[in-house]
Amino acid sequence: MSHKLYLYPKWIRLWHATNALMFIILIITGISMQYTDKETNYFIIRFDRAILLHNFAALIITISYILFVTGNVLTKNGKQYRIDWKKIWKELFIQFKFYSYGMFKSEPHPFPVTEERKFNPLQQFVYVLAMYIGMPLLIVSGVGLLFPEITIKGIFGISGLLLTDVLHITMGFFLSIFMIIHLYTCTLGSKPTTLFKGMITGYHEADEH
Amino acid sequence: MNFKFFRISVLILLVNFIFTSNSFAFKPRKEEWKPKDTTNFVSKFYKENENCLKCHGQKVYEYSNESQGTTIRHNMNIERVINRDIFYQSNHKSFKCTDCHSNEYSKFPHSGELRMEAIYNCIDCHGNDEKYAKFHFEEIEAEYQQSTHFKLEKDGFTCWKCHNPHTYQISIRNSENLKNTIAYDNSICLNCHSNFDKFQLLSDRDEINLIQKHEWLPNQTAHFQNVRCIECHTKTNDRILVAHMIMPKDSAVRKCNECHSQSSILMASLYKFKSKEQRKDGFFNGVMLNESYVIGANRNEYLNNFSLLIFALIIGVIGVHTFFRMIKVKSKSDES
Repeated sequence: MSHKLYLYPKWIRLWHATNALMFIILIITGISMQYTDKETNYFIIRFDRAILLHNFAALIITISYILFVTGNVLTKNGKQYRIDWKKIWKELFIQFKFYSYGMFKSEPHPFPVTEERKFNPLQQFVYVLAMYIGMPLLIVSGVGLLFPEITIKGIFGISGLLLTDVLHITMGFFLSIFMIIHLYTCTLGSKPTTLFKGMITGYHEADEH
Repeated sequence: MNFKFFRISVLILLVNFIFTSNSFAFKPRKEEWKPKDTTNFVSKFYKENENCLKCHGQKVYEYSNESQGTTIRHNMNIERVINRDIFYQSNHKSFKCTDCHSNEYSKFPHSGELRMEAIYNCIDCHGNDEKYAKFHFEEIEAEYQQSTHFKLEKDGFTCWKCHNPHTYQISIRNSENLKNTIAYDNSICLNCHSNFDKFQLLSDRDEINLIQKHEWLPNQTAHFQNVRCIECHTKTNDRILVAHMIMPKDSAVRKCNECHSQSSILMASLYKFKSKEQRKDGFFNGVMLNESYVIGANRNEYLNNFSLLIFALIIGVIGVHTFFRMIKVKSKSDES
Protein backbone atom coordinates (compact mmCIF):
# COMPACT_ATOMS: atom_id res chain seq x y z
CA MET A 1 0.00 0.00 0.00
CA SER A 2 1.54 3.23 -1.06
CA HIS A 3 1.08 6.64 0.49
CA LYS A 4 1.70 9.98 -1.15
CA LEU A 5 4.07 12.65 0.07
CA TYR A 6 3.96 16.21 -1.22
CA LEU A 7 7.66 16.69 -1.84
CA TYR A 8 7.93 19.00 -4.80
CA PRO A 9 6.29 22.41 -4.39
CA LYS A 10 5.41 24.43 -7.45
CA TRP A 11 8.60 26.49 -7.55
CA ILE A 12 10.76 23.35 -7.55
CA ARG A 13 8.68 21.74 -10.27
CA LEU A 14 8.81 24.90 -12.34
CA TRP A 15 12.58 25.19 -11.88
CA HIS A 16 13.05 21.48 -12.61
CA ALA A 17 10.97 21.64 -15.79
CA THR A 18 12.80 24.75 -17.01
CA ASN A 19 16.15 23.23 -16.14
CA ALA A 20 15.33 19.96 -17.89
CA LEU A 21 14.00 21.60 -21.04
CA MET A 22 16.87 24.06 -21.31
CA PHE A 23 19.43 21.35 -20.63
CA ILE A 24 18.02 19.19 -23.41
CA ILE A 25 18.23 22.18 -25.79
CA LEU A 26 21.78 22.89 -24.62
CA ILE A 27 22.88 19.28 -25.17
CA ILE A 28 21.37 19.07 -28.64
CA THR A 29 22.68 22.47 -29.77
CA GLY A 30 26.06 21.81 -28.13
CA ILE A 31 26.50 18.53 -29.97
CA SER A 32 25.25 20.20 -33.14
CA MET A 33 27.88 22.94 -32.90
CA GLN A 34 30.63 20.46 -32.06
CA TYR A 35 29.97 18.31 -35.10
CA THR A 36 28.55 20.71 -37.70
CA ASP A 37 29.63 19.78 -41.19
CA LYS A 38 31.72 22.53 -42.77
CA GLU A 39 30.25 22.02 -46.21
CA THR A 40 26.58 21.82 -45.30
CA ASN A 41 26.80 24.05 -42.19
CA TYR A 42 24.45 21.55 -40.61
CA PHE A 43 24.37 18.81 -37.98
CA ILE A 44 21.00 18.23 -36.32
CA ILE A 45 20.29 21.97 -36.75
CA ARG A 46 21.93 24.79 -38.68
CA PHE A 47 25.11 26.15 -37.07
CA ASP A 48 23.96 29.77 -36.65
CA ARG A 49 20.61 28.67 -35.22
CA ALA A 50 22.39 26.26 -32.88
CA ILE A 51 24.50 29.15 -31.53
CA LEU A 52 21.45 31.37 -31.07
CA LEU A 53 19.45 28.65 -29.34
CA HIS A 54 22.41 27.59 -27.20
CA ASN A 55 22.98 31.17 -26.02
CA PHE A 56 19.27 31.69 -25.37
CA ALA A 57 18.88 28.43 -23.43
CA ALA A 58 22.08 29.20 -21.50
CA LEU A 59 20.69 32.56 -20.42
CA ILE A 60 17.43 30.99 -19.24
CA ILE A 61 19.17 28.16 -17.40
CA THR A 62 21.50 30.65 -15.70
CA ILE A 63 18.58 32.74 -14.45
CA SER A 64 16.80 29.54 -13.42
CA TYR A 65 19.94 28.37 -11.59
CA ILE A 66 20.18 31.65 -9.67
CA LEU A 67 16.52 31.29 -8.66
CA PHE A 68 17.17 27.66 -7.62
CA VAL A 69 20.06 28.63 -5.36
CA THR A 70 18.05 31.55 -3.96
CA GLY A 71 15.10 29.21 -3.31
CA ASN A 72 17.37 26.76 -1.51
CA VAL A 73 18.77 29.54 0.66
CA LEU A 74 15.33 30.91 1.51
CA THR A 75 13.43 27.63 2.03
CA LYS A 76 14.10 24.41 3.89
CA ASN A 77 14.67 22.68 0.53
CA GLY A 78 18.32 23.70 0.85
CA LYS A 79 18.76 21.20 3.72
CA GLN A 80 18.24 18.34 1.27
CA TYR A 81 21.62 19.21 -0.25
CA ARG A 82 23.57 19.21 3.03
CA ILE A 83 25.79 16.20 3.03
CA ASP A 84 26.67 14.53 6.32
CA TRP A 85 30.32 13.91 5.55
CA LYS A 86 30.73 11.53 8.50
CA LYS A 87 28.18 9.09 7.13
CA ILE A 88 28.14 9.73 3.40
CA TRP A 89 30.75 7.19 2.20
CA LYS A 90 29.19 4.35 4.16
CA GLU A 91 25.69 5.32 3.04
CA LEU A 92 26.82 5.64 -0.56
CA PHE A 93 28.11 2.08 -0.41
CA ILE A 94 24.82 0.83 1.06
CA GLN A 95 22.82 2.60 -1.66
CA PHE A 96 25.15 1.39 -4.38
CA LYS A 97 24.85 -2.17 -3.08
CA PHE A 98 21.06 -1.83 -3.15
CA TYR A 99 21.00 -0.65 -6.79
CA SER A 100 23.45 -3.26 -7.97
CA TYR A 101 22.22 -6.25 -5.96
CA GLY A 102 19.58 -5.69 -3.27
CA MET A 103 16.78 -4.40 -5.46
CA PHE A 104 16.91 -7.57 -7.53
CA LYS A 105 16.48 -9.56 -4.34
CA SER A 106 13.44 -7.46 -3.36
CA GLU A 107 15.28 -6.05 -0.35
CA PRO A 108 13.63 -3.01 1.26
CA HIS A 109 14.88 0.42 0.26
CA PRO A 110 17.76 1.27 2.65
CA PHE A 111 16.84 4.98 2.74
CA PRO A 112 13.07 5.35 2.31
CA VAL A 113 11.88 8.73 1.03
CA THR A 114 10.57 11.06 3.72
CA GLU A 115 9.78 14.75 3.80
CA GLU A 116 13.00 15.32 5.73
CA ARG A 117 15.07 13.20 3.37
CA LYS A 118 13.87 13.35 -0.22
CA PHE A 119 17.08 12.03 -1.70
CA ASN A 120 18.88 8.79 -1.08
CA PRO A 121 22.64 9.25 -0.37
CA LEU A 122 23.63 8.53 -3.97
CA GLN A 123 21.10 11.04 -5.28
CA GLN A 124 22.15 13.63 -2.72
CA PHE A 125 25.85 13.24 -3.48
CA VAL A 126 25.41 13.36 -7.25
CA TYR A 127 22.91 16.24 -7.12
CA VAL A 128 25.31 18.30 -5.00
CA LEU A 129 28.12 17.56 -7.45
CA ALA A 130 25.91 18.45 -10.40
CA MET A 131 24.20 21.54 -9.00
CA TYR A 132 26.89 23.08 -6.82
CA ILE A 133 30.06 22.16 -8.71
CA GLY A 134 29.11 21.17 -12.27
CA MET A 135 26.56 23.90 -12.99
CA PRO A 136 28.62 26.85 -11.65
CA LEU A 137 31.67 25.69 -13.64
CA LEU A 138 29.51 25.20 -16.72
CA ILE A 139 27.94 28.65 -16.37
CA VAL A 140 31.21 30.47 -15.64
CA SER A 141 33.06 28.78 -18.51
CA GLY A 142 30.07 29.45 -20.79
CA VAL A 143 30.19 33.15 -19.94
CA GLY A 144 33.94 33.01 -20.67
CA LEU A 145 33.27 31.61 -24.13
CA LEU A 146 30.45 34.06 -24.80
CA PHE A 147 32.73 36.99 -23.91
CA PRO A 148 36.25 35.82 -24.88
CA GLU A 149 37.64 39.30 -24.23
CA ILE A 150 37.11 38.83 -20.48
CA THR A 151 38.59 35.34 -20.43
CA ILE A 152 42.01 34.96 -18.85
CA LYS A 153 44.76 35.07 -21.49
CA GLY A 154 46.54 31.97 -20.33
CA ILE A 155 47.99 29.91 -17.51
CA PHE A 156 51.52 28.54 -17.74
CA GLY A 157 51.63 29.16 -21.46
CA ILE A 158 48.36 27.38 -22.18
CA SER A 159 45.65 29.48 -23.81
CA GLY A 160 42.97 30.62 -21.35
CA LEU A 161 40.37 30.13 -24.04
CA LEU A 162 41.50 26.52 -24.48
CA LEU A 163 41.15 25.83 -20.76
CA THR A 164 37.75 27.53 -20.66
CA ASP A 165 36.54 25.60 -23.70
CA VAL A 166 37.81 22.24 -22.41
CA LEU A 167 36.25 22.94 -19.00
CA HIS A 168 32.92 23.86 -20.62
CA ILE A 169 32.84 20.81 -22.87
CA THR A 170 33.97 18.47 -20.09
CA MET A 171 31.37 19.80 -17.65
CA GLY A 172 28.72 19.69 -20.38
CA PHE A 173 29.65 16.08 -21.05
CA PHE A 174 29.55 15.01 -17.41
CA LEU A 175 26.26 16.77 -16.79
CA SER A 176 24.85 15.09 -19.92
CA ILE A 177 25.97 11.74 -18.51
CA PHE A 178 24.36 12.77 -15.21
CA MET A 179 21.13 13.46 -17.05
CA ILE A 180 21.13 10.06 -18.75
CA ILE A 181 21.70 8.29 -15.41
CA HIS A 182 19.15 10.59 -13.73
CA LEU A 183 16.54 9.71 -16.36
CA TYR A 184 17.28 6.02 -15.94
CA THR A 185 17.16 6.04 -12.15
CA CYS A 186 13.82 7.83 -12.42
CA THR A 187 12.42 4.67 -13.98
CA LEU A 188 13.19 2.78 -10.75
CA GLY A 189 9.86 3.64 -9.11
CA SER A 190 7.11 1.13 -8.45
CA LYS A 191 6.33 1.55 -12.13
CA PRO A 192 8.80 3.07 -14.63
CA THR A 193 6.60 6.18 -14.91
CA THR A 194 5.79 6.69 -11.21
CA LEU A 195 8.66 9.03 -10.36
CA PHE A 196 8.16 11.09 -13.52
CA LYS A 197 4.51 11.60 -12.56
CA GLY A 198 5.63 12.67 -9.08
CA MET A 199 7.80 15.41 -10.52
CA ILE A 200 4.79 16.68 -12.48
CA THR A 201 2.12 16.45 -9.76
CA GLY A 202 4.41 17.18 -6.81
CA TYR A 203 3.32 14.00 -5.00
CA HIS A 204 5.72 11.18 -4.44
CA GLU A 205 4.54 7.59 -4.09
CA ALA A 206 6.54 6.34 -1.14
CA ASP A 207 7.01 2.67 -1.99
CA GLU A 208 9.50 3.07 -4.83
CA HIS A 209 12.73 1.13 -5.06
CA MET B 1 66.61 90.35 -84.05
CA ASN B 2 69.80 88.43 -83.67
CA PHE B 3 70.37 90.06 -80.33
CA LYS B 4 66.91 89.03 -79.19
CA PHE B 5 67.58 85.46 -80.34
CA PHE B 6 70.89 85.59 -78.48
CA ARG B 7 69.18 86.81 -75.30
CA ILE B 8 66.53 84.07 -75.45
CA SER B 9 69.18 81.44 -76.10
CA VAL B 10 71.23 82.63 -73.15
CA LEU B 11 68.11 82.60 -70.96
CA ILE B 12 67.23 79.07 -72.02
CA LEU B 13 70.79 77.94 -71.39
CA LEU B 14 70.80 79.68 -68.05
CA VAL B 15 67.50 78.14 -67.00
CA ASN B 16 68.70 74.77 -68.17
CA PHE B 17 71.95 75.27 -66.30
CA ILE B 18 70.17 76.35 -63.16
CA PHE B 19 67.88 73.36 -63.12
CA THR B 20 70.36 70.73 -64.18
CA SER B 21 73.57 71.87 -62.60
CA ASN B 22 74.86 72.05 -59.11
CA SER B 23 73.87 75.63 -58.77
CA PHE B 24 71.25 74.16 -56.37
CA ALA B 25 73.07 73.21 -53.24
CA PHE B 26 71.24 70.67 -51.07
CA LYS B 27 71.43 71.04 -47.37
CA PRO B 28 70.18 68.26 -45.20
CA ARG B 29 67.63 69.61 -42.75
CA LYS B 30 69.15 67.68 -39.94
CA GLU B 31 72.58 66.37 -39.16
CA GLU B 32 73.98 63.97 -41.67
CA TRP B 33 72.32 60.59 -41.17
CA LYS B 34 74.54 57.71 -40.19
CA PRO B 35 73.62 54.18 -39.26
CA LYS B 36 72.90 53.98 -35.55
CA ASP B 37 74.80 51.76 -33.13
CA THR B 38 71.64 49.78 -32.65
CA THR B 39 71.10 49.22 -36.37
CA ASN B 40 71.77 45.58 -37.12
CA PHE B 41 71.93 46.00 -40.85
CA VAL B 42 74.15 48.54 -42.57
CA SER B 43 73.57 48.86 -46.28
CA LYS B 44 76.74 49.06 -48.32
CA PHE B 45 74.88 51.65 -50.37
CA TYR B 46 73.79 53.83 -47.51
CA LYS B 47 76.06 56.71 -48.52
CA GLU B 48 74.83 56.60 -52.10
CA ASN B 49 71.26 56.35 -50.89
CA GLU B 50 71.79 59.47 -48.80
CA ASN B 51 71.95 61.43 -52.05
CA CYS B 52 68.24 60.71 -52.34
CA LEU B 53 67.35 60.45 -48.68
CA LYS B 54 68.81 63.79 -47.70
CA CYS B 55 65.65 65.17 -49.27
CA HIS B 56 63.35 62.15 -49.37
CA GLY B 57 64.28 61.05 -45.86
CA GLN B 58 62.34 63.86 -44.19
CA LYS B 59 59.16 65.82 -44.53
CA VAL B 60 60.95 69.15 -45.16
CA TYR B 61 63.79 69.66 -47.55
CA GLU B 62 65.65 72.74 -48.65
CA TYR B 63 67.99 73.83 -51.35
CA SER B 64 69.79 77.05 -52.10
CA ASN B 65 69.39 78.89 -55.32
CA GLU B 66 72.95 80.07 -55.63
CA SER B 67 72.29 82.24 -58.63
CA GLN B 68 69.69 84.18 -56.65
CA GLY B 69 71.35 83.67 -53.30
CA THR B 70 68.19 82.33 -51.68
CA THR B 71 67.39 79.25 -49.67
CA ILE B 72 64.18 77.57 -50.58
CA ARG B 73 62.39 75.24 -48.22
CA HIS B 74 59.57 72.87 -49.19
CA ASN B 75 57.44 70.17 -47.71
CA MET B 76 58.19 66.83 -49.23
CA ASN B 77 55.13 65.12 -50.70
CA ILE B 78 54.28 62.64 -47.96
CA GLU B 79 54.10 59.81 -50.48
CA ARG B 80 57.69 60.51 -51.48
CA VAL B 81 59.07 60.41 -47.94
CA ILE B 82 61.14 57.33 -47.19
CA ASN B 83 61.70 56.54 -43.54
CA ARG B 84 65.30 55.34 -43.38
CA ASP B 85 64.80 53.20 -40.27
CA ILE B 86 61.85 51.40 -41.81
CA PHE B 87 63.50 51.09 -45.22
CA TYR B 88 66.65 49.54 -43.74
CA GLN B 89 64.50 46.90 -42.02
CA SER B 90 62.42 46.14 -45.08
CA ASN B 91 62.84 43.29 -47.53
CA HIS B 92 64.58 45.59 -49.99
CA LYS B 93 66.99 47.07 -47.46
CA SER B 94 70.09 45.95 -49.34
CA PHE B 95 69.14 47.80 -52.52
CA LYS B 96 70.36 51.14 -53.64
CA CYS B 97 67.70 53.59 -54.78
CA THR B 98 68.88 53.53 -58.38
CA ASP B 99 68.56 49.75 -58.57
CA CYS B 100 64.87 50.38 -59.12
CA HIS B 101 64.74 54.08 -59.95
CA SER B 102 66.36 55.73 -62.93
CA ASN B 103 69.85 57.14 -62.59
CA GLU B 104 68.37 60.31 -64.00
CA TYR B 105 66.93 60.94 -60.54
CA SER B 106 70.41 61.96 -59.44
CA LYS B 107 69.73 65.28 -61.21
CA PHE B 108 67.63 67.91 -59.50
CA PRO B 109 65.04 69.08 -60.22
CA HIS B 110 63.96 65.68 -61.49
CA SER B 111 62.75 65.57 -65.03
CA GLY B 112 58.96 65.42 -65.28
CA GLU B 113 59.30 62.58 -67.77
CA LEU B 114 60.72 60.37 -65.06
CA ARG B 115 57.27 60.21 -63.52
CA MET B 116 56.14 58.36 -66.61
CA GLU B 117 58.74 55.63 -66.37
CA ALA B 118 57.39 52.16 -65.87
CA ILE B 119 57.82 50.83 -62.37
CA TYR B 120 58.75 47.25 -61.64
CA ASN B 121 56.23 44.80 -60.30
CA CYS B 122 57.19 41.96 -57.98
CA ILE B 123 57.19 39.44 -60.77
CA ASP B 124 59.64 41.50 -62.85
CA CYS B 125 62.43 40.73 -60.42
CA HIS B 126 61.16 37.71 -58.53
CA GLY B 127 59.57 35.75 -61.36
CA ASN B 128 61.25 32.64 -62.73
CA ASP B 129 64.13 32.96 -60.33
CA GLU B 130 65.28 29.83 -58.55
CA LYS B 131 66.39 31.86 -55.58
CA TYR B 132 62.78 32.86 -54.95
CA ALA B 133 61.20 29.61 -56.14
CA LYS B 134 59.99 28.73 -52.62
CA PHE B 135 57.82 31.87 -52.58
CA HIS B 136 55.97 30.79 -55.77
CA PHE B 137 55.76 34.31 -57.19
CA GLU B 138 54.37 32.99 -60.47
CA GLU B 139 51.49 31.39 -58.60
CA ILE B 140 50.97 34.59 -56.62
CA GLU B 141 50.89 36.59 -59.86
CA ALA B 142 48.36 34.15 -61.36
CA GLU B 143 46.16 34.49 -58.26
CA TYR B 144 46.47 38.26 -58.27
CA GLN B 145 45.32 38.35 -61.87
CA GLN B 146 42.11 36.61 -60.82
CA SER B 147 41.63 38.79 -57.77
CA THR B 148 39.22 41.65 -57.45
CA HIS B 149 42.18 44.01 -57.03
CA PHE B 150 43.46 43.17 -60.51
CA LYS B 151 40.34 44.75 -61.99
CA LEU B 152 41.67 48.06 -60.66
CA GLU B 153 45.02 47.76 -62.38
CA LYS B 154 43.86 50.02 -65.22
CA ASP B 155 43.23 52.65 -62.53
CA GLY B 156 46.69 52.30 -61.12
CA PHE B 157 46.54 49.31 -58.79
CA THR B 158 49.87 47.50 -58.50
CA CYS B 159 51.59 45.07 -56.15
CA TRP B 160 53.04 48.13 -54.42
CA LYS B 161 49.64 49.27 -53.16
CA CYS B 162 49.83 46.50 -50.61
CA HIS B 163 53.52 45.71 -50.58
CA ASN B 164 55.19 49.09 -50.31
CA PRO B 165 58.69 48.40 -51.69
CA HIS B 166 60.26 50.83 -49.22
CA THR B 167 58.66 49.38 -46.13
CA TYR B 168 57.32 45.88 -46.74
CA GLN B 169 58.60 42.98 -44.69
CA ILE B 170 57.49 39.40 -44.80
CA SER B 171 56.05 38.82 -41.39
CA ILE B 172 54.44 35.40 -41.08
CA ARG B 173 57.73 33.57 -41.70
CA ASN B 174 59.74 35.77 -39.37
CA SER B 175 57.38 36.63 -36.58
CA GLU B 176 57.48 34.85 -33.28
CA ASN B 177 54.34 36.65 -32.27
CA LEU B 178 51.34 35.83 -34.39
CA LYS B 179 49.39 38.82 -33.09
CA ASN B 180 52.05 41.20 -34.44
CA THR B 181 51.82 39.49 -37.82
CA ILE B 182 48.04 39.81 -37.80
CA ALA B 183 48.23 43.52 -36.93
CA TYR B 184 50.92 44.14 -39.55
CA ASP B 185 49.08 42.30 -42.31
CA ASN B 186 45.77 43.95 -41.47
CA SER B 187 47.40 47.37 -41.54
CA ILE B 188 48.22 46.71 -45.19
CA CYS B 189 44.50 46.36 -46.00
CA LEU B 190 43.45 49.20 -43.72
CA ASN B 191 45.97 51.51 -45.34
CA CYS B 192 43.44 51.96 -48.17
CA HIS B 193 40.22 50.46 -46.84
CA SER B 194 40.08 52.67 -43.78
CA ASN B 195 41.66 55.69 -45.41
CA PHE B 196 39.20 57.22 -47.84
CA ASP B 197 41.79 59.67 -49.20
CA LYS B 198 43.72 56.71 -50.53
CA PHE B 199 40.72 54.55 -51.28
CA GLN B 200 39.17 57.05 -53.66
CA LEU B 201 42.34 57.11 -55.75
CA LEU B 202 41.32 53.70 -57.03
CA SER B 203 37.59 53.48 -56.51
CA ASP B 204 34.47 55.50 -57.12
CA ARG B 205 32.65 53.75 -54.30
CA ASP B 206 31.40 55.67 -51.31
CA GLU B 207 33.38 55.54 -48.11
CA ILE B 208 33.05 52.20 -46.35
CA ASN B 209 32.53 51.97 -42.63
CA LEU B 210 34.33 48.72 -41.85
CA ILE B 211 32.93 48.46 -38.34
CA GLN B 212 29.36 48.73 -39.66
CA LYS B 213 30.05 46.35 -42.55
CA HIS B 214 31.25 43.74 -40.06
CA GLU B 215 28.50 44.31 -37.53
CA TRP B 216 27.15 40.83 -38.18
CA LEU B 217 30.39 39.34 -36.88
CA PRO B 218 30.12 38.24 -33.23
CA ASN B 219 32.92 39.45 -30.94
CA GLN B 220 34.12 41.79 -33.66
CA THR B 221 37.11 43.12 -31.68
CA ALA B 222 38.33 39.63 -30.88
CA HIS B 223 38.08 38.66 -34.55
CA PHE B 224 39.90 41.77 -35.75
CA GLN B 225 42.72 41.14 -33.28
CA ASN B 226 43.05 37.45 -33.95
CA VAL B 227 42.58 36.93 -37.66
CA ARG B 228 43.73 38.73 -40.75
CA CYS B 229 41.30 40.30 -43.22
CA ILE B 230 42.60 37.90 -45.88
CA GLU B 231 41.44 34.87 -43.91
CA CYS B 232 37.87 35.63 -44.97
CA HIS B 233 38.47 37.71 -48.07
CA THR B 234 40.74 35.42 -50.07
CA LYS B 235 40.38 31.98 -51.51
CA THR B 236 42.92 29.72 -49.82
CA ASN B 237 45.50 27.99 -51.95
CA ASP B 238 47.60 25.10 -50.70
CA ARG B 239 50.45 25.87 -53.05
CA ILE B 240 51.28 29.31 -51.66
CA LEU B 241 51.68 30.53 -48.11
CA VAL B 242 49.57 33.66 -48.41
CA ALA B 243 46.57 33.55 -50.70
CA HIS B 244 46.41 36.51 -53.10
CA MET B 245 43.08 35.90 -54.76
CA ILE B 246 41.07 38.64 -53.07
CA MET B 247 37.43 37.79 -53.66
CA PRO B 248 34.52 40.16 -54.22
CA LYS B 249 32.86 41.04 -50.92
CA ASP B 250 29.87 38.81 -51.64
CA SER B 251 32.16 35.77 -51.69
CA ALA B 252 33.80 36.49 -48.35
CA VAL B 253 33.57 33.85 -45.64
CA ARG B 254 30.50 34.40 -43.50
CA LYS B 255 29.87 30.95 -42.07
CA CYS B 256 31.31 30.67 -38.57
CA ASN B 257 32.19 27.01 -38.92
CA GLU B 258 34.48 27.66 -41.88
CA CYS B 259 36.95 28.53 -39.12
CA HIS B 260 35.29 27.12 -36.01
CA SER B 261 35.28 23.50 -37.09
CA GLN B 262 37.60 20.57 -37.19
CA SER B 263 38.81 21.31 -40.71
CA SER B 264 39.17 25.03 -40.06
CA ILE B 265 40.32 27.09 -43.04
CA LEU B 266 42.69 28.85 -40.65
CA MET B 267 44.91 25.80 -40.84
CA ALA B 268 45.23 26.52 -44.56
CA SER B 269 45.86 30.22 -44.05
CA LEU B 270 46.86 31.96 -40.82
CA TYR B 271 48.29 28.90 -39.11
CA LYS B 272 49.63 27.24 -42.24
CA PHE B 273 53.26 28.27 -41.83
CA LYS B 274 53.52 27.62 -38.11
CA SER B 275 51.62 24.37 -38.25
CA LYS B 276 53.85 23.20 -41.09
CA GLU B 277 56.90 24.02 -39.02
CA GLN B 278 55.46 22.24 -36.01
CA ARG B 279 54.28 19.26 -38.00
CA LYS B 280 57.96 18.64 -38.73
CA ASP B 281 58.13 17.74 -35.05
CA GLY B 282 54.92 15.76 -35.29
CA PHE B 283 52.94 18.30 -33.30
CA PHE B 284 49.91 19.03 -35.41
CA ASN B 285 47.60 21.82 -34.31
CA GLY B 286 50.12 22.92 -31.70
CA VAL B 287 50.02 26.54 -32.78
CA MET B 288 46.31 26.69 -32.15
CA LEU B 289 46.67 25.11 -28.77
CA ASN B 290 49.41 27.40 -27.58
CA GLU B 291 48.81 30.77 -29.16
CA SER B 292 45.43 31.26 -30.70
CA TYR B 293 42.89 28.76 -29.59
CA VAL B 294 39.99 28.69 -32.01
CA ILE B 295 36.80 27.43 -30.44
CA GLY B 296 35.60 24.39 -32.33
CA ALA B 297 38.69 24.05 -34.47
CA ASN B 298 40.72 22.05 -32.00
CA ARG B 299 39.86 18.51 -31.27
CA ASN B 300 41.65 16.52 -28.66
CA GLU B 301 41.35 12.98 -29.96
CA TYR B 302 42.22 11.48 -26.56
CA LEU B 303 39.45 13.47 -24.89
CA ASN B 304 37.00 12.53 -27.66
CA ASN B 305 37.81 8.83 -27.37
CA PHE B 306 37.72 8.96 -23.57
CA SER B 307 34.28 10.57 -23.60
CA LEU B 308 32.98 7.98 -26.04
CA LEU B 309 34.34 5.24 -23.79
CA ILE B 310 32.59 6.69 -20.72
CA PHE B 311 29.38 7.10 -22.70
CA ALA B 312 29.55 3.48 -23.92
CA LEU B 313 30.24 2.26 -20.37
CA ILE B 314 27.25 4.14 -18.97
CA ILE B 315 24.95 2.83 -21.68
CA GLY B 316 26.36 -0.66 -21.08
CA VAL B 317 25.74 -0.51 -17.32
CA ILE B 318 22.20 0.80 -17.89
CA GLY B 319 21.64 -2.00 -20.41
CA VAL B 320 22.83 -4.69 -17.99
CA HIS B 321 20.79 -3.16 -15.14
CA THR B 322 17.67 -3.05 -17.33
CA PHE B 323 18.27 -6.66 -18.36
CA PHE B 324 18.34 -7.85 -14.73
CA ARG B 325 15.25 -5.78 -13.95
CA MET B 326 13.42 -7.45 -16.80
CA ILE B 327 14.48 -10.88 -15.52
CA LYS B 328 13.18 -9.91 -12.07
CA VAL B 329 9.84 -8.70 -13.48
CA LYS B 330 9.54 -11.89 -15.52
CA SER B 331 10.33 -14.18 -12.57
CA LYS B 332 7.77 -12.27 -10.45
CA SER B 333 5.07 -12.68 -13.09
CA ASP B 334 5.98 -16.37 -13.45
CA GLU B 335 5.62 -16.82 -9.68
CA SER B 336 2.18 -15.17 -9.70
